[in-house]
Formats: sequence, C-alpha cells, structure tokens
Amino acid sequence: MAPALCAVCKTARALIKRPKNHAKLCKTCFITIFEDEVHHTIISSKLFFPGEKVAIGASGGKDSTVLASVLKTLNERHGYGLDLVLLSIDEGIKGYRDDSLETVKKNAIDYDMPLKVVGYDELYGWTMDQVVETIGKKGNCTYCGVFRRQALDRGAKMLGIKHVVTGHNADDVAETVLMNLLRGDLPRLSRSTSIITGDSRSEVKRSKPLKYSYEKEIVLYAHHKKLLYFTTECIYSPEAFRGSARGLIKQLERVRPSSILDIVRSGEDMARLVPGASSSGCGCKGKEDAPLTAEEEEVGGGCGSSAGRPPGGEMAAMDRQLRENEEAEGLEIDVAKTMASKQEPKRELPIRNSNSKPTTQQVLGNCRLCGYMSSQDICQACTLLEGLNKNRAQIQI
Amino acid sequence: MGDSAADDSKIPITVDFSGGLEILFSNQRHYALSLPAADKDGSPSTIKSLVGYLLKELIKDPRQDLFVLDGHIRPGILVLINNADWELEGEEDYELQAGDNIFFVSTLHGG
Ligand SMILES: [Zn+2]
Ligand SMILES: [Zn+2]
Repeated sequence: MAPALCAVCKTARALIKRPKNHAKLCKTCFITIFEDEVHHTIISSKLFFPGEKVAIGASGGKDSTVLASVLKTLNERHGYGLDLVLLSIDEGIKGYRDDSLETVKKNAIDYDMPLKVVGYDELYGWTMDQVVETIGKKGNCTYCGVFRRQALDRGAKMLGIKHVVTGHNADDVAETVLMNLLRGDLPRLSRSTSIITGDSRSEVKRSKPLKYSYEKEIVLYAHHKKLLYFTTECIYSPEAFRGSARGLIKQLERVRPSSILDIVRSGEDMARLVPGASSSGCGCKGKEDAPLTAEEEEVGGGCGSSAGRPPGGEMAAMDRQLRENEEAEGLEIDVAKTMASKQEPKRELPIRNSNSKPTTQQVLGNCRLCGYMSSQDICQACTLLEGLNKNRAQIQI
Repeated sequence: MGDSAADDSKIPITVDFSGGLEILFSNQRHYALSLPAADKDGSPSTIKSLVGYLLKELIKDPRQDLFVLDGHIRPGILVLINNADWELEGEEDYELQAGDNIFFVSTLHGG
C-alpha cells in the first residue's frame, strides 16, 4: 500500500498513529504535538511558577527519561525559568539499580542537570535486599513503594526543593482508576486522578506533567528522539503485570485506543462526585486541585502494578474520609450547579460511603517519629520500619 | 506483490527488540534473519510468519506469553515496520520485503 502522509504537514510520511484520535503523523509533527500537549497540561494546570526549583524523580526508565527531556525542552522553549534537578532513589537492590543509575548519570550529562541519588539505607537504615532477607519476597513491593514515595520527598527536602515531578502517565492513572473502581474505593479513586498532590501543609508538592500522555506515545517519543533509557523488570516482581489491571488496560487499548484517556476522564468526573475529592485535570475547566498527602498516591512508579494497599492504608483512608465528609458538605450543591449551568440533564447519583458517618475530625499533622506529613500519628514508612526493626531485633537475639 | 509469492527463496530482514523484550531473546537486541519468502501454503511471509519463526527458532526464555498472548503479539508491545507503527502497515498481515526492519518494543516495563 502507498505510505500514508502526515495529517498535519501533508508532506512527510506518517510513522505514528495516535491512540487518542487515530491521527497519522510524521516524526517531526508527532514530537512537536507531544511536547505541545505536555506544555498545555503544565500551563492549564498551573504546575510551575517562574524561578521554581523542581526535582525530576528519575529512575532511568522511559517515563522519567522522557519527562526530563520534555521538561528541558519546554523550559527553554517557553521560558518557564525552572531550575531542574534529577533526583534518583537507590532502593538497594543489587543488580537492579546499578545499571539504571548509570543511565540516570548519562541523562544528567545529556540534559545538563545536576543529579542527586538518595539511598534507602541512608533514609531508613534498610536496603530492599535486607528487607527481602527479613520478610521474604511476598509483599515487599509494598515496602518498596511506601519507602520510595517518602524517599523522593525527603531527597527533595535535602536539596531544598519543594516540588517533585514524576513520570506517571495516562496508562498509570487509568490503571489506578480501574483498580480502585474494582475495589469500590471511590475516595481513593478520586485522589488518584489528581495531577498535583500535597498542598501548603506538606513540605513537598508532587505533580505528574505526563498525566495525559499515553505510554505508547512516551515510548515512541523516546524511540524517535533516540533517548537513552533503561529497562528491566524489578527482580522482586517479575510477574507484576501479568493478569493485572495493567494487562486489562493494554487489552482495552488494543480494542479501542481512546479507552485509556476515557478512563482517566471518567475517573476525574467521578472524583468530582466524591466528598472532599480532587478534580484536578486539565485546568481548562477551571477546577481546583485538592490537597492530599503524597503517601496516598497509589501508582507503583516502576515497581510493577501489583503492589497492594500498604498496611495501615485502610485505617488511614477511613480517618481521612471522616475528615473529608465534614469538609465536603457543600460539594453536592456545587456539582448540581455545575451540571445545571452546563445544561445537562439533572441527575442524582447516590454516593456510597463505605464508612460510618463522621464522628471525629482528623487533623493532618506530622509523623511523631520522622516528622513527615501524615494523617496518622505514625506514618506508613515508620509503621513498616517498626515491624522490620522488631524482626531484626528478634533475629539478633 | 503477489508474483513473488511462489518463490521459495529467502528474504533477508533485521529484527530489533527493546524495552525489556531483549531479555526474552538471549539479551540480544539486534538480529539479522533470513526468512522463507513464503509460508508452507505458498502465501507470502508476513509479520505473523515472522512471529511464528521467532517463537520456534529464536526465543530462549520459557516465558513466551510475555511476547505472544493467545496467538497474537501481547497488547502493550509496539511493533514498528521500517520505523512506522504497524497499525499503518496492516499489522500482522503485512507482507515482509527484503531489507525490512521490524522493531518490537515493550511498553510494559517500569518507567
Ligand atoms: Zn508532519
Ligand atoms: Zn514517619
């Protein structure tokens, strides 16, 4: 068959078929449009302010590599005035991070950005290898995930940086929406759709500039721009994506590529109906970003997708909901107003709260042990550490 | 291009694996292969034929389902034919030409 021509420039050969709208694009037009869309997300969600110091959570993988490349490009093209730094976490898994850290070091040179590497051992006194030695391979993704989320914030803090961006993409968000839908956990679903996490109460803000970018396009962007990235399965979770929500997402994409963004948008729309929930999303709709702690973020960030809800998460979620239910009192009215103003048919959607009605008010505070922002007395990481340290003490006896 | 279908000579192509797929193929990213120009039934070799060949001859890792699921390329693996998305080229039914480069890249690994 004759090669298709690019739908934009109408001269070059089309090499990409966009999953979101089936548009056929040449390499140059694809790269431009991909960058323009991330720029649009950044501007409409007001992610940055001029002169802001921003740490890019860098794993050496495709998402964070593309994020670093795109942010560097956009920062220069549009004069964001950002001071960008690469921030890497070393979980202490022999043979896993060694190579990927080399990739990050190469990225630091290529993108001319300073690099800071923070180890689990210096943050927690435990490498992941030691954690696995103690608790076995089952459930270690939970530890890894909880530790990693704090590690980025703590690393940023060490650098005096108040904003960490991560490479979470549309597939990641869609996966989280689906998993929480399957669990019937609408409050968590709504939080997971937020583009910004953390607020004035937290020391470090988190955001996901690639939230609307398809994983497929991220891989193609890396390929066509010849970006160097590193891939390996986390050796402790090689089966992570089998039979998972992730697998389901990919199958849906194969049948109907727009599914992924449709799920993300659905998640955002459902979020607006959940008490105290974020709406986030493209700021075009003039929504506000809701506060939430970084530790509520569910997406695994490179360690596969099967990481379960961390221990204590149920209690934390319940505590938060108690608080949110109180704060959310006017929301249903707002939603009704919004709907009316859009001339949409009036609907009543019952909101099911799995928890009892509010009895106490939870105040977001700081972990008693480490000072990290937490809705509980002791944060998730410290709770896990307590258990680990008890185990270590027993072994030593 | 059906004239050459009956020709039982070989087609030289190159195949690349990336995004973690190379792990399934002896950690080697690039292969130069010579495929039969036609299938047993005489029809021209396609991507589907290539995938059958890869499963039979090249994949060493027992986890074949990370590459092929239910007889098709696993969803989440991108296929580029001479750098173009295979969706623009007829996907599995694309008829291989001498000198083609087929690029398999997984999107499934951590980022
Ligand atoms: Zn073009
Ligand atoms: Zn703590």
